[in-house]
Amino acid sequence: MRNRLWLWVPLALFAFFAGLAAYMLTQPKDQFVQSAMIGQPLPDFALPPAFTGLPGASKADLADGRPRLLNIWASWCLPCIAEAPQLEALQKQGVEIVGIAIRDRPEDVANFLAKHGNPYTRIGSDRISEVQLALGSSGVPETFVIDGKGIIRHQHIGDIRPEDVPKLIAELEKAR
Amino acid sequence: MIAEIGLAALWLAAALAVLQLVSGAFALKAVDGQVNPLAIYARPAAVTQALLAALAFAMLLWAFATTDLSIKLVATNSHSMKPLVYKLTGTWGNHEGSMLLWVGVLALSGGLLAGFERRLPERTMGATLAVQGFVALGFYAFLLLSSNPFERLPAPAAEGNGLNPLLQDIGLAIHPPTLYAGYVGLSVAFSLAMGALLTREVTPAFARVMRPWVLGAWVLLTLGITAGSYWAYYELGWGGWWFWDPVENASLMPWLAATALLHSVSVLAARDALRTWTIMLGVLAFSMSMLGTFLVRSGVLTSVHAFAVDPERGAFILALLGIYIGGAFAIFALRAGAVAEGKRFAAVSREGALVFNNVMLSGILAIVLLGTLYPLLTEAFDVRVSVGPPYFNPASAIFAIPMLLVMAVGPLLRWKSDNPGRLRMELVIIGALMVGVIVAVSIVGQYPLLPLLGLGLAPALAVAAVLPLKGRKLARVPVATWGMVVAHFGIAVALFGMACEGAFSRERLAAVAPGGTERIGDFAVTLESVTPVAGPNWTAIEARLAVREGGGAPVILTPQARSFWSPQQSTSESALLTRWNGQLYAVIGNQAEDGRWQLRIWWKPFVTFIWYGGILVALGGVLAIAGRVRVDVRRRLASTKGDRRRADVEALGRPAPVPAE
Repeated sequence: MRNRLWLWVPLALFAFFAGLAAYMLTQPKDQFVQSAMIGQPLPDFALPPAFTGLPGASKADLADGRPRLLNIWASWCLPCIAEAPQLEALQKQGVEIVGIAIRDRPEDVANFLAKHGNPYTRIGSDRISEVQLALGSSGVPETFVIDGKGIIRHQHIGDIRPEDVPKLIAELEKAR
Repeated sequence: MIAEIGLAALWLAAALAVLQLVSGAFALKAVDGQVNPLAIYARPAAVTQALLAALAFAMLLWAFATTDLSIKLVATNSHSMKPLVYKLTGTWGNHEGSMLLWVGVLALSGGLLAGFERRLPERTMGATLAVQGFVALGFYAFLLLSSNPFERLPAPAAEGNGLNPLLQDIGLAIHPPTLYAGYVGLSVAFSLAMGALLTREVTPAFARVMRPWVLGAWVLLTLGITAGSYWAYYELGWGGWWFWDPVENASLMPWLAATALLHSVSVLAARDALRTWTIMLGVLAFSMSMLGTFLVRSGVLTSVHAFAVDPERGAFILALLGIYIGGAFAIFALRAGAVAEGKRFAAVSREGALVFNNVMLSGILAIVLLGTLYPLLTEAFDVRVSVGPPYFNPASAIFAIPMLLVMAVGPLLRWKSDNPGRLRMELVIIGALMVGVIVAVSIVGQYPLLPLLGLGLAPALAVAAVLPLKGRKLARVPVATWGMVVAHFGIAVALFGMACEGAFSRERLAAVAPGGTERIGDFAVTLESVTPVAGPNWTAIEARLAVREGGGAPVILTPQARSFWSPQQSTSESALLTRWNGQLYAVIGNQAEDGRWQLRIWWKPFVTFIWYGGILVALGGVLAIAGRVRVDVRRRLASTKGDRRRADVEALGRPAPVPAE
C-alpha cells in the first residue's frame, strides 16, 4: 500500500477553516484586545515624504511636546476610504495627524488625498512596511495616539468609525 | 396567490429532492445483478423538481414585475417608480432572491443531467442523482427555513424601499445570473465526481460525460467574471478593473478550480490518467462555489459587494458547507485510495504539461484563498487587516508566469512522452519573441516588473497559441482543437490588455472651471458645462465634456455624479470613450469652493483587450463544447446505424459479421 495520508489533507484543511469560521460567526464584532505596544516609546524611524506635497515623518516629529495621531494607511486600502471623513472631522477639531503610507506610490498617494481629502500634516513613505512592523501594526488602517514624549498611548485597529471620533479625542486629552 | 404558488412549488420541489436522494441511493444496491427497480424514480423526480423550482422563480419574478408590496422581499427591495428592467433584476439583487436563483439553477442542472444523460452506467447515474438531490435538499431547507423569499407582510407596504443604486445597472441584469449558472453548474461535476467515487467507476467514459458540464460551467464563469470586471470598472468609478475584493475572489476561485478540472478531465478522457486528481478537483470546484456563497452571504468578511449580511444565515450555510464539503472530502479520503491508479506518463509529455498547469492553477487558488481568508484568520486574534494588490499581484504571478510559459509549450507536446529536442524551432521562436519584446520595452522606458513581463509574455503566448495549427490542414482540425487555440489566444489578448493598462495608463486629476481644457495623451478635454439632470429615481450633476483627439471633431462625454433618493446614496457614473487602442475614462467629482469642478480622466491603452480576451476564452470553451458534442452525436449515430445494419443482416438469415476491433 502506498501512503494514503495525503487524501486526508483536504478534509483537514477544510475542518480548520470550518472551525475558524464557526468561531468567528459566534464572536461579536468590533472587540479588540489592547496591543502590547501601549506605554512603549516609538521605535526610531525617519521616513521620506510619501509625495511631494507634504514632508516625511520621523520619530523626532512626534516627540515635540504635543500629542498627535499616527495613522497607518495606504491608497490601495478600501477601509482607508471609509475612514477618511472621520480623519477629516478629527483634523477640523484641531487634531494633528501624521500619516504613514504603506507600500505606496507617490502618484497614488496624491490621487487618494485629492479624492478623499488630506487631513495630514506629514506623511512618511514606508515602502517595505518596516516602520509598520516595528510599531507592532499588522494591517491597514491603524491609528496610534502618541503623546508629546513619543510614547504610544493608545492603538485603534481598523477603520475609524464615526463613533470612534470622540473616543480618540478623549485619548488625546488623556495623553496631554 | 402568486406568493403561495411559489412557496408551494418550493416545498414540493424539496419533497422531490428527498425522493431523488432515496431512489438514487437504491441504485447502489443491485437486485439479482439488475438495476434496482426502486431506482427508477430518481430521474423523473429530478426533472419535475427542476420544473417546480423554475416555477417558483418565475412567481418571484412576477411579484417583482408587478411590485406586489404585500410581499416583504418586494417591499424592502423594490420600488414602484423603478424602471421595469430594474424591477426584474431586483429579483436577484437581494439575499433571498439570489438564493432562489441559486437553487433554481441547481435544480435545473440536475434536471438536465437526469433528462439527457444516458451514457453512464445506471448505478453511477443513480449515485450521482442522489448526491445532486442531497445538495439541493440542503439549499431548499436553507431557503424555506431561514430565507423565505415569499414571506408576506401583515399589511401591504405603501411604497417599496428601493434597491441599492450601485446595482441599478444593466450590467447587473446579466452578470450575477451568469456567474450563478456557472457556480451551480459545477454542482453537476461535483455530483458526478461523488457518484463515480461511490461506485469506483472513474473511467474515460465518465470523464467524457463530465466534460461538457465542466466546460459549460467554466464558459459561464468566464463570461460572468469578465462582465463583473467590466461592471466594477465602469460603475465603481475607480478606474480599476480588478480589486481583489472578497466577492471577486469568490468568483475567481471556482474559475481557477474549474480551469484545472477541465484540463485534468481531458487527460482522463483521452489517456485514462489523473483519476484521483480529477475527482479531487471535481469536489474542490463546487466546494469553492459554496465557499464563495458562504463568504458573500454570511458577512464574515466585509466587502463592497456584500448586500445582505446575517450571522444566523451564515451559521446555516456553514453547517451546509460542513455537511457537503466535509462529507465529500471525508468520502474522498476513505474511497479515493480504492480507485485504481490511472495510466502513467513521462514528465515531458502533454500530460506532464497539463499536470504542471494544474499544480500552478492550484497554487494560484491557494494564494487567492489564503489572501481572502487571511483577514478572517487574523480577526480571530483581534487584528483587522485588509489584504490588497501588493500581496495578490506578486504572489499569484509567482505561479501564473511559469504556468503561462508551460501553457505556451504544452499543446505542442505529444501524449505519453515526448522529446523536447523535436520542438527546438518552436521554443526558439517563443523565447526570442518574449525576450525581444521585454528588451525593446525596457529600452523605451521604465515600467514596473509585472506589466513588463506581461508585455513580453503576451505576444509569445499569442504566437504559441496558434502554433499547434502549424502544418495541419485547417479544414480538418477538430472543432475542439480550435476551441483550445482560441481560448489560449484569448489568454494572450487579456494578458496584453492587463500589461498595457498596468504599464502605460495615464491619469489626470484636475480642478477645472467650465470652459477650461485639460490635456491627456493625444486628447484635449474641455469642460463645456455642468448641469443638473433627473432620471426616474435619481437626480445627478452631469458634466458635458468635449473631447478632441489630435485636431479632430469633438466627441461629447457626459459623466455624472448621481444621487438616488430611495434609499439615499450617491454613485459616480463614469463616461467612456472607446477607441480601438484604448479607452478614455472620465469621472466628475465634487465642486470646489471657488466654483471649479474636480475632474478625473484616465487614458488606458488597450484596456478593452482584457475583456475581449475574456470573451475569446469563453468562445474557445463554446467551440470545445460544440466539437465534443458533435463527435458524440456522430459516434452515437454511427453506432445506431451499425445496430440497424446488424439487425437487417440477421433478419435476412445470414450470420452477422463480427465487428472489426
